[in-house]
Formats: sequence, C-alpha cells, structure tokens
Amino acid sequence: MTRTYSEHSQPLWRRLLLTRETAVIALLVAVVLYSLSNVPNFDGPLTLTFLLLDVAPILLIALPMTAVIVTGEIDLSVASVVGLSSVLVGVLHQDGMPIPLAAVVALLAGALCGAFNGFLVAYVGLPSLAVTIGTLALFRGLAVGLLGTTAVTDFTERWTDLAKQNIGDSGVPLIVLPILALVLVFVLLLQFSSFGRGVYDIGLNSEAAHFTGVNVERTKFLLFVLTGVVSAFAGIFYTLRFGSARGDNATGLELQVIAAVLLGGVSIFGGRGKIHGVIAGVLLIGVISSALRLEGVTVNVINIIIGLLLVASVMSTSLLSGIANATARWNRRAPSPQHASAVGAGTQGR
Amino acid sequence: MKFHSKRASAFAALGLSAALVLSACGGSDSASGSSDDGAMTVTFLPKNLGNPYFDTSDKGGKTAVAEFKGKFQEVGPQEASPDAQVQYINTAAQQGIKALVVSANDPKAIGDALNQARDAGTKVVTFDSDTEPQYRDLFVNQASAEGIAKSQVDLISEQIGDAGEVAVLSASANATNQNAWIDLMKKDLEANHPNIKLVDVVYGDDDDQTSFDKTAALLQSHPNLKGIISPTTVGIAAAARYLSDSDKKGKVALTGLGTPNQMREYVKNGTVTSFALWNPEDLGYLAAYAAKALVDGDIKGEEGDSFEAGKLGEYKVGPDNTVLLGDPFVFDAKNIDQFKF
Amino acid sequence: MSDTSMRPDKTESHPELERLIEPSRQTPLRRGLMTVVRSREFSILLVLLAVIAAATVKTPSFLFSSNSWRDLLLTPSILLLLAVGQAVVIITRNVDLSVGSILGLTAYLTGRLFIDVPGLPIIAVMVAGILVGVLLGLVNGVLVAFGKVPALVITLGTLYIYRGIVLTWAGSNRINADDMPAGFLRLGTKSLLSVPVLTVIALVVLVIVGYYLHTARGGREMYAIGSDPDAAVLYGLNVRRRLLFAFALSGGLAGLAGVVYAARYGTVSSGAGTGIELQAVAAVVIGGVAIFGGSGTVWGAALGAILLVTINRALPILGIPDFWQRAVVGALIISAIVLDRVLAARQARKLTEARDES
Repeated sequence: MTRTYSEHSQPLWRRLLLTRETAVIALLVAVVLYSLSNVPNFDGPLTLTFLLLDVAPILLIALPMTAVIVTGEIDLSVASVVGLSSVLVGVLHQDGMPIPLAAVVALLAGALCGAFNGFLVAYVGLPSLAVTIGTLALFRGLAVGLLGTTAVTDFTERWTDLAKQNIGDSGVPLIVLPILALVLVFVLLLQFSSFGRGVYDIGLNSEAAHFTGVNVERTKFLLFVLTGVVSAFAGIFYTLRFGSARGDNATGLELQVIAAVLLGGVSIFGGRGKIHGVIAGVLLIGVISSALRLEGVTVNVINIIIGLLLVASVMSTSLLSGIANATARWNRRAPSPQHASAVGAGTQGR
Repeated sequence: MKFHSKRASAFAALGLSAALVLSACGGSDSASGSSDDGAMTVTFLPKNLGNPYFDTSDKGGKTAVAEFKGKFQEVGPQEASPDAQVQYINTAAQQGIKALVVSANDPKAIGDALNQARDAGTKVVTFDSDTEPQYRDLFVNQASAEGIAKSQVDLISEQIGDAGEVAVLSASANATNQNAWIDLMKKDLEANHPNIKLVDVVYGDDDDQTSFDKTAALLQSHPNLKGIISPTTVGIAAAARYLSDSDKKGKVALTGLGTPNQMREYVKNGTVTSFALWNPEDLGYLAAYAAKALVDGDIKGEEGDSFEAGKLGEYKVGPDNTVLLGDPFVFDAKNIDQFKF
Repeated sequence: MSDTSMRPDKTESHPELERLIEPSRQTPLRRGLMTVVRSREFSILLVLLAVIAAATVKTPSFLFSSNSWRDLLLTPSILLLLAVGQAVVIITRNVDLSVGSILGLTAYLTGRLFIDVPGLPIIAVMVAGILVGVLLGLVNGVLVAFGKVPALVITLGTLYIYRGIVLTWAGSNRINADDMPAGFLRLGTKSLLSVPVLTVIALVVLVIVGYYLHTARGGREMYAIGSDPDAAVLYGLNVRRRLLFAFALSGGLAGLAGVVYAARYGTVSSGAGTGIELQAVAAVVIGGVAIFGGSGTVWGAALGAILLVTINRALPILGIPDFWQRAVVGALIISAIVLDRVLAARQARKLTEARDES
C-alpha cells in the first residue's frame, strides 16, 4: 500500500482536512461533546484529571511505538519493560536508595532492554514479532522473578503525590508536562528531521532507504532503545501513581498501546502515520472508557468497542483501496472511440 | 483517482462506527443522580468480582441498603489487584457517591485514592480486608485476626494428629487479611505446635485455575505433605476439587475458610473434614448499616460509638475504629446442610 | 545423467554435503535416521526428557506417582490443542491472537449449555463448542483472506471483541463444578490405558493435523502460501480457501480446548484463557515453526507446548521458584529464534559451498 506523492493534486485545505488523522480527531471531539451533555458527572472537575492519569502511560509509550511501527517493526515487550522498571524502582527503594536514583537505574534498564530488542531485530535480522514475544516473556519474567508476587507499596507520600499532583489549581496533572515535552520531541524528530524522514523511508521500502544512505540498522536500533527508555519512564510513573511496585503491573498494556496507535491512523505495513492521530487515538479510547465507567456500564464493553473500532479502521482503509482499484479498472474497461482508433492504428504495424 | 472520496469515505466509515457505538451505549438520557437527591448511594467494591464469598457479602449489603431505602451499586475488577481497584475508587469520587464499602487488595496502595474520595465527601468503610487506619473511616471485621488464625491452626492440627508437614494456599500475596492471619498462624504454630512444620506458602491469587494448579504443584513438590490450610474461599474450593480427584484424597487433610455451598460436596465425599467461616452475608449487611450510620452522622467512627444494624441489633465501635461481627463458626458434616450460602 | 564418475569424491568425507546435494547416495535408513536426529523436533524432545529426568532425580514422585504421571500428560493438553492450530496459521505466514478469547468463550458456553439445557448429551455440547470455535475462527479468516489486512491486527481486534463478549455475557457469574454433569467432569480425570482421555483427544488431533499437513495437497499448499504468498497466487493456488481453512481450524481447536478446559478445571470464570494466546505462539516458535511461515511441523509445536508446561512444573522442584518461569520461557523463545537464524545461515553457507565445490 505505498503511496506515491507526485505534486499535490489537491488544495491545501483538502489535504489537511480529509486525512485519517482528522477523522479520528473528529470522532474524539464528537464523543467528548456527547459525553459532556449526556453522561452524568462527566463534566465534573475530576474527570479530566483521572482521564489524563489513566492514559498517561499509554500515551507515553504510543509515541515511540508509532515510530517503530512506521519502520515496519513492532514491539510487544513494552508492557514488560514497564513492569521491570516498576519492580526495579520498588526493590531499590526498599533497599534504601532514594527514588530519583532508583528512577535513573530503571531508565537505564529500560534502555538496555530496548538495546537487546534492537540488537536482535536490527543487527541479527530476526523478525520483531517473534523477538518481542520472547522478550515480553523474558522481561516480565525478570520482573516477577525479582519480586515474586508481592508488591512494594510503602513509597513516601512526597513521591506518590508528585505523580498525581495537578499543575497549580487546574485539574491537569503534572505528568502532562513531560508528555507534552515528549510529544514535541517526537514530532520534531519524525516530521522535521532527516532521521525522521529516514524512518518513513525505511517503512516504505527499507532496501531503497538503504541505497539512499539511510542507516537502516542504526535507525531501528535507536528506535527500540528509545521505546525501552520511554517504557521505563512510564513504569516509574505507573508505580508512583498507584503507589505499588508489582511484577505484574501493566500486564496487557502493549495491546492497548498498539490498538491506540493503529486507531490513530498508523499503517501496520509501515511508512505512514502521524503523531497527532495517535494522540487522538489514545484519548479516544480513554474518553470512551471514562464515559462508560461513569455510566455504570461494565468496563468490559470497552473491550468490544476497541476491538470493533480497530477492525473497522483497518478494514475501511483496505475496503476503500479495494473500491478504488475496482473503480479504476471499471473506468479503464471501455476506451473512447478516438482512443480505440489510435490504439488500432498503433497496433497495425505489429 | 478519486483521492478525496477515498478519504471522505474513510471519514464517513469512522463516523458511522462512532454513531453506531454511541447509539448503542447510553442512549438513555437518564443522567440519574448527578449528585444524590435524597436516596443515599452505597457502592460495594470487593477484592474482585466473580468470587462467591463476595457475591454473598454483597448480597447482604444489598438487603441492608434496600431496608434503609438507599441505592445499591456493586463494582469491582476482574483480578484481585490494587491498581484495578483504584480506578473504581476514582469513579466513585467522580460520581460523588456517599458511601464506599471496600475490601482492600493492599493495605497501602489504594490509600491515596480513598483519601481523595473522602475529600470529595465520600465515607469509606472497609470490610473483610482492611487498609491502614488513616485511609478509612471505619473497618468492619468478621472476627478478630487472632481468633481466625487460631481456629485454622486448631482444625488442621486435630486433623493431622498434631504432627507433620503443612502448607498454606493463600489468596494474593499482598492481601491484608490473609497475610495478617498467616503471620498469626506462624506464631501460633511456633508457640503451641512444635511438631508441625510449615513448609510452604503459595498464592492462588483468588483465581480458581491458579489455585487448582498451585495445589497440584504443592502435592508434587512436597510428597510428605500432611495438611493444607487455605484461608480463602476460592483457594479451598479449588484445592478440594483437585484433592477429591487425586490419590491423596483422605491422606492430605484440607481445611481453611470456605462457604458451605461450595464445600458441601467435598465434606460429604470425605475430602474435607471440617472448615470454618462466618456468615459473609451478615458481614456485608453490617458494613452497609455502618456506612449509613456514618453518612447520617449518627456516629463518627470513633471508639465507643454505637449504632443500629437492622436485624443484627446494636453494635459498638472498638479500638482502631473497628467493628467486630463475631466469632468464626466451624462447619462439618453434621451441620453443613443447615446453611445455604 | 549422473556424472558422479567425473566429480572428485569430496562428498565421501563430508556426509553433510552428501546429504545436501546427493541424498540418494545414502541408504534410506541412514537418511531417515539422520533426518530425525538432526531435526528440531528431536532436540526439543531431548530437552524435554532432560528436564523431566532432572526433576525426577530430585523428587522421584515427579514422575513416578500415579497422580503426577497423569498430571504430566493432562496439563499440556489444552496448550497442545492451541499450539497445533496456531502452527497451521503461522505456517501460512499469519498469526491468530484471538485463540485465548475463543477458549474463554467456548469454555463458558460449555458450562452454560449444561446449566440451561439439562439433559443435553456430552458429545453434543462438545460439538457445539467446536462449532462455535470454527465460526469465530472463520470471522478471522474472512477478514484476513478477503480484507487483505494483516492477521496481527484483525486477531488483535477479535481478541478484544470476543473477550468483551465473554465478560459481558458472564458478568461476574462463574460456572462452578457442581453445575456440570459428573460424567463430563470425570472426562477430566479418566484415563484410557493410563493415558488421560483429554490427552488422547489432543494426541489424536495432533496426528490428524500432522498427517494432513504432511501429505494432503491442502496441507502442502499451506507451506507454499507461507513461503511466498505472491508466488502462491501466481501459481494458481486457492489461497483464500486455504486461509479460511487455517483460521477455521485454529478457531475450532481453540473451541475444543475450551471444552477440555471446562472438563479439566470444572470452574470457568470470564477470565479463562486470558494470555494463553502468547503462550501458544511461544510454544510454536520454540517448536521450530518459523514466524515468517513456510516451515516447521505441528509435531514440533506440540513438543514445544509440552515443554513449556512441563518446565513450569519442574522449576520449583529444581529449586528455581516458579516466579522465574516466565523468564525461562522468554529465554527459550529467544534462543529458539536465534538458533533458527544461525542454522539457516549455516545451511545457506553449506549449500553455497557444496555448489561451489561441484
């Protein structure tokens, strides 16, 4: 499904408005508006706070995951890195290390995990699906192994409050600041740097990218390391927010991240996708969950909805390209009379 | 090529799914109880849903709430983990629920969320499994922890002849109540039963399949095991089911805390001789009335306060803002048919 | 047209080269033996036997008490069924992440059927479970075969949808053991000639699918599709039909696994089977099926499944707390993939050498 970009055939406003990303953003706005007026307590002050706290880890990890998927790879081990970093923070804290230092260690561990993934995928050339299924088990296993099934929960209030604090008096939690910073970094990286162009090139055709001078191996390796670090950071946040370091923390998070990324318009084939769509995808799932919970609907319904949205969004692209192909074939079937005679004349001499 | 119609169609497809989704959920504009108007909402938040013990206790709560004309709600996570509970506590705070009755998966982890709810005006009553005292207004305990631990140790020791290897199959590794009981059991064993050796404590996470598999693993790794104590109704039911089909039935004693309905078959077929519990329905009932007393301002939750608990009569608040239901009760083949929970 | 008389007989001293370029020189027996011994499946079998031996040395009751023997054979049966189905799907270069949710749904359905329709014969309930599984698998198959969408995404979506359906249907209800007829539960522990019935079912399925993949045309075509889907289309293979069959098989086996789960555990909650899909993929990968399709056998996948489950049991006996089990599994998967790559590279190099020498 590669798209060739010739000169822009449409005016700017059309290109800006009629994209997959805009569709998701519009959907998000629609759901928010609906919930504000129809869901009880949705317009309360706590809603935004809890929503942002809940989606923060998913949003954080979705950013590097976008880049990874754009290059045509995938990383299923992110939730396990979250768990491992959570356990490291807990264990080190229990042994008396101050939290900031423990956090640094956790970030380094995340980088190591990412490097391990990156090495196997980029330099040894193994398929990322298989590798990250393996590291999903390996890292999670290390996390659970280090702590057993107990949890470290006696974190000092100072740090757990920090994780949940709001900015001044607004209902917006502090974690939004690092998230915004990271968003900025990734937007600059992907859209405005040559590294980012390399990322998209690899996704479209990694051999061609190689020949244009993109260091495919190093790019992929760095993306996996980045994913590991960000996942570790999300793990630190998760631990402090819930005040509980457990090996089992965030189990299943990777599927939520991938679902949100795909919903946001990133193509699983690689080469296509934008950060703003992903942010909208994450928020969409978060808002729907929040609204459903306030309505008293069992949260299980959210599973069905995410699944349906996921399937619908991927099917719609494929369906439409199928329709476009069929339409093109149909348009080609009956040449106009002048064309026919020209063709006839041209083939005379054969 | 019709690019724009392709994108517009993509837009339409997503919009259509959105319309379907939105019409499917919450078509009712009930918007009921944005903040309470008259009826007091009481939300029960057990350790996890799908647990027969909590089904019974919450039923008791529901009866009580109906008696004093409140509104009853039961929410809970699928797995017995503290972070899953936090989200429900958050939702309760958002909804402005007047009373939250919760059985905690961890003594500290849900504390911050509870305090946030209390700041928003919710009264927090813990039951069955406590948090640290600063996070809740009142704790309704089924029996004293010492009494529960002693009854378990007494039962197993009389069933294995006061000598041999025993193991414990617990719930989740952080559960406040089970951990308190296990600690007291260890002390009791050390002090009073020198010939009984506790060789292992395994965690079934209050999940049936896990408890089943852990029982099998216990028997496989400790061939000389004489007895298993399972102070959780999910664990003892799963262990009993495994034992009754194995060649260790009758050779390895099993006791713990179980509900009569789940254990009846195994008491009758000889897998289990006797086990203990209290009436969880009464526990939930009492907790609901305690919550009501707090919300109405009848009591502040301090020691010495007393309140009416419907058909259970009057109850006093003890030290540590705790209310005790009563003593544990021992079930065996002779009396098990009399109980239907 | 053999020109062996002219070529210097380097192959005499290099049995490997000989096997690669002129296998018919060796006796069929030797060839057969070498194939088996060098196969991935054999090495997994060796590892499995080593693990069991180590555990038995430590605690003889691991193997030698009647209960343990029964458990060793019984517990892997569920994962075995899932691994067989998953292997077929992965061979066609797809993946099926929804099997865990299908298992949960059919296990719960089994219980519900027994409760709501009393008197239904056990075999009818089993068939119903399998049929529902086939149906759910076909949904995946249709979306993948006709929608041209990657199976990873589709089955991720159906994983959510099917799990959501079970959770909503079951709510907080559980199926308890006393809700099901005793005859059905006895299936969970009854043995046929000291092999548990449920294991027999799993083994029969294994043999049938293995035979199909190895000999039937449809089976061979699966491998072709996995090796090179575009070439398969150009060659005229009915790719759609094969894909539909692969997913239907995976779903049907997951359905059967759900019925087996209900018989074995007796209690079904709405969370049954959560996470087992990744274990199934792990078992298949360890068993030698390449994640890119086109190679591997269901025998390997079955051995991988048995190995995974047995390691879980053996670890605590070997003194490793079972907390570390997941790490061990992860290490196994990574080693398996790396090993595959190393062997493939070595094979390619040897073939090039052989070609250059002849």
